[in-house]
Amino acid sequence: MTRREWREFFTGIGFISPWIVGFLAFVLYPVGASIYYSFCDYDVLTRPVWIGTLNYQDMFTDEVFWKSLRNTLYFAAVSLPFGLVLALLVAVLLNQKVKMRPGFRTIYFLPSLVPVVASAMIWLWILNGRFGLLNYALSFLGVEGPNWLSDENWTKPSIILMSLWGVGGSMVIYLAALQDVPRELYESAEIDGASSWTKFRHITIPMISPVLYFNLIMGIIGSLQVFAQPFIMFGGGGTNRSALFYAVYLYQNAFQYNQMGYACAMAWVLFIIILFLTWLATKGTRKHIYYAGE
Amino acid sequence: MSTKYRQTCFAYLAVFAVAVSLLFAAGCVRAPSDRTPDGRVIVEYWEKWTGFEGDAMQSVVDDFNRSQDKILVKKLTVSNIDHKMLLATAGGNPPDLAGLWSHNIPVYAEKGALTPLNSLLEEAGITRENYIPVFWDLCKLRGFMWALPTTPASVALHWNKKMFRDAGLDPERPPRSIEEIDRMGEQITLVEVKRNGKKERIRFTQLTPAERESYSFDIITLGYTPSEPGWWNAVWGYWFGGRLWDEDRTITADSPENIAAFTWFQSYTKKYGLNNLRKFGAAFGNFASPQNPFLAGQVAMVVQGVWMYNFIDKYAPELEWAVAPFPSVDPKRWPDVTMVECDVLVIPRGARHVREAFEFMKYVNTQPAMEKLNLGQRKFSALAVTSDDFIRSHPNRYIETFLALARSPNAIPVPRISVYNEYVDEMTVAADRIFNLLATPEEALADVQARMQWKFDRVLRRWDLIKDERLQEWSAVQ
Repeated sequence: MTRREWREFFTGIGFISPWIVGFLAFVLYPVGASIYYSFCDYDVLTRPVWIGTLNYQDMFTDEVFWKSLRNTLYFAAVSLPFGLVLALLVAVLLNQKVKMRPGFRTIYFLPSLVPVVASAMIWLWILNGRFGLLNYALSFLGVEGPNWLSDENWTKPSIILMSLWGVGGSMVIYLAALQDVPRELYESAEIDGASSWTKFRHITIPMISPVLYFNLIMGIIGSLQVFAQPFIMFGGGGTNRSALFYAVYLYQNAFQYNQMGYACAMAWVLFIIILFLTWLATKGTRKHIYYAGE
Repeated sequence: MSTKYRQTCFAYLAVFAVAVSLLFAAGCVRAPSDRTPDGRVIVEYWEKWTGFEGDAMQSVVDDFNRSQDKILVKKLTVSNIDHKMLLATAGGNPPDLAGLWSHNIPVYAEKGALTPLNSLLEEAGITRENYIPVFWDLCKLRGFMWALPTTPASVALHWNKKMFRDAGLDPERPPRSIEEIDRMGEQITLVEVKRNGKKERIRFTQLTPAERESYSFDIITLGYTPSEPGWWNAVWGYWFGGRLWDEDRTITADSPENIAAFTWFQSYTKKYGLNNLRKFGAAFGNFASPQNPFLAGQVAMVVQGVWMYNFIDKYAPELEWAVAPFPSVDPKRWPDVTMVECDVLVIPRGARHVREAFEFMKYVNTQPAMEKLNLGQRKFSALAVTSDDFIRSHPNRYIETFLALARSPNAIPVPRISVYNEYVDEMTVAADRIFNLLATPEEALADVQARMQWKFDRVLRRWDLIKDERLQEWSAVQ
């Protein structure tokens, strides 16, 4: 590089330096430190002691670790597809020319604006086994609803149900993508006599596939890291730890049991799981995604 | 490059450099002054209490500040104080004084977050004889003293006299054995059954054996259940002669006594039916509300601490209630069994004004200050001697019962063990499994035993590595 280029390079670096410093101090250093701590017996108060891979080995024999992992994967496996389909369905409906369209859009988006704590408190009452609105509604159908919050078979479905309430976020992204699909594609399909379903299947879906992919990846990451709702609603994990999720158990180890080293190791295992699933999703969908620019 | 452009860059970078250095400075530099303008040493004091409990301590702090002119205690209310003190101490910038719970002591002491007080206590002439022994012992670990008590607590049976009377029982006579609790509980329990197509409200004791066996009833009010308020899961064994550990290296979660306690615990699910109890429990409101099941007259008997009076006074002043020791399984052998806990004052390691902070601790532990604080919080004094005036002016009529329980040889403290939080969590999971009939008491407690011993061994392994260094360090403070 010439002198001039060097100078410009350093000027550029200078300008982005606030970000670089922030990144180094608040992201890279903690991330790096957490790798080191994951190989240590570390309780925050005293200096970390190197113990090799013992934290990782302990995870294999820690039943609660496996239970929290199973709970989390179950939650992700059910809530993710449901959430993706429901958000798309609502977005498609809201994309039709109906009366009060902006009003409906607002209503469906609203739940994702409610603070997590507030919505969790509301759901605690909706799901109450005796006075809950949900069981009250079910009673009209002649169904005696379960004790959603205290029966171990129903705690995870409760959280899944609650997560579906917050599909507004991905719905809005779908909606933006749906409005971007060129009209002329639909028009020419109509001339060829395509049905609504055919149009949806062969025009809409391929055209919004990058957004589908985006929502899938964000959904995988988000659902594996689920923390606030189960933490508020079930605290220590509910009956028989049936609603103890990975991030909650990680938090318990880090901040309640002073096992920061173990918690760091858990965080890295979660990172690897998410990395693997994201890679799998990317590989699996690569052929089916259409980018207009390519 | 133009000069102007260069100047802009320079100005920009300069401002940024200052900002960064300020940011770091803020993180490293301590509070600039620890003295008032007139030269008094400021003692920073973190405390968890709010409301009337906070006010009671504040008035003691004010008294202390007025009583002398060398030290000024500044009390700051801090939520989640155990976590925040831990992080502040780890960061090397702790308060001079902090109000914790006695169950924090083992973890914090072993990890070197607290200042041992032995020499200070010796100098001040404060000894075990000054206290109700169990509260002194709660502050002690591995031969060192780490804290002094502030507000102690013991637990006892609270009963609703009106519900006793309505069920035809003598409202002044509490149950005196576990069998009596079970039997009186059944007599008080009101259920709704369908007979010949009509709903009827009757006592549990009037149910036919077939109705009991099929659990075909709804609970309207309940005499007693050990699952309410659900706070004593770890310690039910105490009333059956059990302990949670051997005070050394062994966890005793699955001892025969603890299994007996949980067999009794599970008998309630078997008696009243899991679904019935769940449905009934779903109707309970928050603890601190008029919908608290005991305050609302849904449950007639409950084990609660000395603090319960405050909630009765606030949310259900009309309630007719009384207090008695919760009977043990063998009242002759183990009379007056209770669990005791204590709020404490500690001096974090790295505190700047250890002596000044201790002056205040000493003040709080004089009889007048201790009684003022505990009268304000409506608890009792942890000191060996309590004035008659304190008892007479105490708003809780049953304060002597709690005091007597705390003095009983069967007053058992929470285990002084550094895996206490995990232990309580594990016992809660076990109690849940047992209550929900997902496991027998033997199975659930065997799981707790295996898991806790494993965890405890890990902590002990670490302690063994640093033990010599630590003990030397603590002795050097002397």
